[in-house]
Parts: sequence; C-alpha cells; structure tokens
Amino acid sequence: MNERFEIPARLKTTSLVLMIIGVVTLLIGAFTLLNSNAANHEIMHAEKTRFWIVLLHNSVYFLLITVACVFIQAAVSLAQGSWLIAYKRIPEAIGANVWIFGLITMIILFLTAFVFNIDGHNPIYHWVHPDGDKILEGKRGFLNPAMFVGFTVVTIGLWSFFGRKFRTISIDQEKASKNATQNYWKTIRWSGAFLVVYALTQMSTTPWMWIMSIDAHWYSTMFSWYTWASAFVSGMSVILLIVVYLKNQGNLEIVTKEHIHDLGKFMFAFSIFWTYVWFDQYMLIWYANISEETTYFKIRQQGPYGLIWYATFVINFIMPILILMSRPSKRNYFTVSFMALVLIFGHWLDFYIMTMPGPLGEHWHLSWYELGIFAGFIGLFIFTVANSLTKASLIPNNHPLLKEALLHQS
Amino acid sequence: MAIKKFAVACYDDEEVLFPAVKKVRHSGYKMHDVYTPFPVHGLDQAMGLKETDLHVVGFIYGLAGTATALGFMGWIFTSDWPMVFGGKPHFALPAFIPITFELTVLFSAVGMVLTFCYLNQIMPGVKKHLFHPRQTDDLFVMAVELNDQVTEQEVVDFLKTTGAVETSVQNAETEWWYGRWDKEEDYQLAGS
Repeated sequence: MNERFEIPARLKTTSLVLMIIGVVTLLIGAFTLLNSNAANHEIMHAEKTRFWIVLLHNSVYFLLITVACVFIQAAVSLAQGSWLIAYKRIPEAIGANVWIFGLITMIILFLTAFVFNIDGHNPIYHWVHPDGDKILEGKRGFLNPAMFVGFTVVTIGLWSFFGRKFRTISIDQEKASKNATQNYWKTIRWSGAFLVVYALTQMSTTPWMWIMSIDAHWYSTMFSWYTWASAFVSGMSVILLIVVYLKNQGNLEIVTKEHIHDLGKFMFAFSIFWTYVWFDQYMLIWYANISEETTYFKIRQQGPYGLIWYATFVINFIMPILILMSRPSKRNYFTVSFMALVLIFGHWLDFYIMTMPGPLGEHWHLSWYELGIFAGFIGLFIFTVANSLTKASLIPNNHPLLKEALLHQS
Repeated sequence: MAIKKFAVACYDDEEVLFPAVKKVRHSGYKMHDVYTPFPVHGLDQAMGLKETDLHVVGFIYGLAGTATALGFMGWIFTSDWPMVFGGKPHFALPAFIPITFELTVLFSAVGMVLTFCYLNQIMPGVKKHLFHPRQTDDLFVMAVELNDQVTEQEVVDFLKTTGAVETSVQNAETEWWYGRWDKEEDYQLAGS
C-alpha cells in the first residue's frame, strides 16, 4: 500500500501555473484597477473598490473553507466517529495551512479597512469613517477599528493554533506505543475547546464583522449560520475532491465507496441546510417588508445581480437535491466529484453575492480579475495542502479507531 | 391468498444460520423466507434480497405533498377566496414555502410508513402464519417452499445436514389476513 504521498509533477505544475496566474492578475489589477483614471468618477471609484473587494471575497472564502475542514475533523473526533479516520490526514493537512490563508486574509482585511479610502471615505467598510451617520455611530460599540483589529487577530490566531495543534497530536500518535490512547483523548479535549472557539467566531461574530459589515446599515442574525453552511458544504467538497484525487493516484486504497457515500451524504444534507438558512433569512425580511431591511435583497434579487442570485439557488440547491439524492449517485466517484466542483464554485458565487453588491452596486464584473484571483487562491490551496500531505503517512496507522474505519459501512 | 407446503428448519445460532442460508441458495431449493427474533446484519445480502425501492416511493409521495400544498394554497388564494395579506401578491410563493415543505415531509413520511407496513404485512389487526412460536424468541426459522419437483423427505434431510436443530413440514397461508380467526382448518383441508 502506498502510504506516502509524493506530489506528481503535473499537480505541482498546475498549482504553480494557477498561482502565477493569480499573481499576474493581482499585478495587472494593481496597475489598471487600483490606478484607474477613468473619466467618469463613479467608474473610477468602482474600479478601485473592485481591486480590494475581490481580494477580500476570495481570501475570506478560502479561509472559511480551511477552518471548516478543521471543524469537520474536530466535530468527528468529539463524537468519536470512525468514518473520517481513514482519511483524517486530509482535513488535518488543510488545517495545518489555516495560518497561511489567515495571514493573507488578515493583511487584506487590514489594508481594505485602514489603507484603502477614497477622499477620506471607505467605500467597503463605511463604519471606519461614520462621518456623522446616526446608524453607524450607534453600532460603534461593535464596529470600530480597535474591535476589528483585535477580533481579527485573536480569531485568526486561534484558528491557526488549533489547525496546527490537531495535526501535531495526530502525528505524535504515530510514534506512540501500540494501543496508546492518550493522544486520542487529548484530541477529544482539544476538539471540545475548538468547537467553543468556532461557535463564538465563525458561527456567530466573525462573518458579521468581516462580511456583513460591508452593508453596514443592514443586519441579520442568521447571517453567520448561512456563511457557515456555505463554508461547511465547500469544506466537505474539498475533502471529497482530495480523497478522490489521492485514490486515483494509487494512495488511500483503504478508502472505499462506503466512505465516499458518507461525504456525499454530508454534501447533500448541508446543501439543504444552506437553502434552509438562505431562505429563512430571505423570507422573514420579505414578509416584514421593512425598507431598511429589504434594500439588501432589492439589489441582489431584482437589481443587476438577479442572474447570479438565482444561479446560486439552482447550483447550491436544485442540483444537489436532484443529483445527489439517490444512493447510487452518492457512491459514484464521477457524480460526487462533479458535484463537489460545482458546489465549490456555487458557494464561491454565494460569497460573491454577499460581498459585491454593497460597495460596487451596478458596476459589477465577473471576468478576468475575479476569476484570475480565484485561480490564484486555488493554486495556493493545492500547493500548500499537497505539501502538507507529503509530510506524514496518509494512513493514521496507530489510530485506535482505524480498524473500525476500515470496516465502516454506510 | 395461497396455501403452500413448506419445509421448516430451525437454527439456534447465527454462525450456523449463515452457512445454511448459503447452502440452501446453492442447492436450488426455493427459500421462502427467514424469520429471526432480531435484525441480523448481513442476512439480506446472504439471502440475495434486492435493495428496497421504498425510497423511490417516498420521493413520489414527497412530490405529491409538494403538489398538494402548492396547488391547494394557490387555488384558494387566487381563485376560490382571494385575499390580500400585508400587501403581498395573491400567489405569495415565499409565504407558501414553509407549509409546502411541511406537507412534503408529512406526505413522504406517512406514506412511507404505510407502504412499509403493507410491504412487510404488519398492520394492527393483521394476522400471519407463524412457522414456529420461538421465531420471535430465540430461534432462527427458515421456510423452504416445497413443490412437485422435490420430495418432502429429500428437503427435510437436506435441511438437517445444514445444522437445523428442529425440522417440520407445514401447510401455511403465505399472505396476511385480517381478523381474529386463524386458518388451521384451511390448512388441514388443503393438506389432506
């Protein structure tokens, strides 16, 4: 059995090419968009804003996916589940790279909030300079620069710490004596701690601070659940894609259709959970019909973003419910991998619709810059995760639940 | 409603039951069913039962629920008794979704339970022939159907070689029936 993963030349080239595309796009963006001198002031401002908001959109999306993978791993450990054990190195390898995406996100968030401004006014985070806006003055207790910096640093610090911690414990177990369970219980204790941190950050406050505050006047208490559902589905899809890839490479022979079926079930179930939260948030505001709240959906549903709005619904709900519902399709490597790719793109679009309409209004684009930066982040993700995967055996040979995981039937 | 003749073999151990099931399937005798006091994992596969289509039925029931909810509410609020709620259009789709969702789940759940009961022939007041009183207690009971091509003795002897602790030949009603009477008399008539 091939327990060690060696990065194939083709994967390395692909990831490098994607990263180069990302960097080149960023540079071209910096020269054209950031230094835009369009005659129309509105377009010039929109282009400068576009440079930052696209970076913010992609970095936050990828950071939340990586943290969702840590969460999946921690939740399964805490429940003493065995179904993930056969490929637990994958969420761990992703978790070990939280700090890279966290660092990038932190830099982008701080630059966006505190360096970027047009005539002393921040088009993305309006609350940085409230300028006498009564509503924003009222939200000062939560939305203020000190809180933003402190909260972001603490959150990303904790996520990175936990991401690395789980991997360290898991690799320690390889060196421990046979049947030793200290590390197993240690993982469970740290998982409990992580779930508390995760609930207080990703599941409640962090998306409010980073994403919802782009539309600073508007608020929804359901927002974090909704972003979490997006991140969770994407995290499951990413894990599934890596499992299928490694299987195709001849690694991870111990993973069978039974394990794939489980991942497919989670993708299916949480796509429906995503729709549930997405629709609840919409329906309550639609029913109450208060103009302060409906403006948020007016631009997204009926305005220039209508197409993307309905596209996210079709991709993230209609497609999974029709394609992933039946048992054979969840056990078919092609259908699940295809749906994983589709869902990752669908939730990327979902984050797009969360971030873009506020600052850009009708001057939105979905072209070279957006896709180029997306490609760059994909490349970085593949490169870093593949590197982490090579550093340890792909099979947790000494894990107490490994045998149960091999016999698992779903 | 058909009364047939069965050779019945009782086993007292799963370890014996599984090879026996395998041998009976190999021998070509027609296995009617295996009755166990508790769910035995892997027995379905061993008996070669095909995967149930219950979930397909569930999907259809669900669609029926969706259609009922949307159709009924749509009909009431657009043509039967149109009313305006909170300035919303008559066909206020988002407001209908929660009820549609509930009805989809209800139809699919209730429908599947009833279908399940029908397929397994369990229902309040329904009776079925018991091959052995201990099949709900501590014995695994296998019924093999007898027909013109085999002799009773041959099958019973074969079942004994598979490790059965007890064997018998019975006439039994294969279907369920409704009511309190049992069908002992019917068997005797058919058996004689």
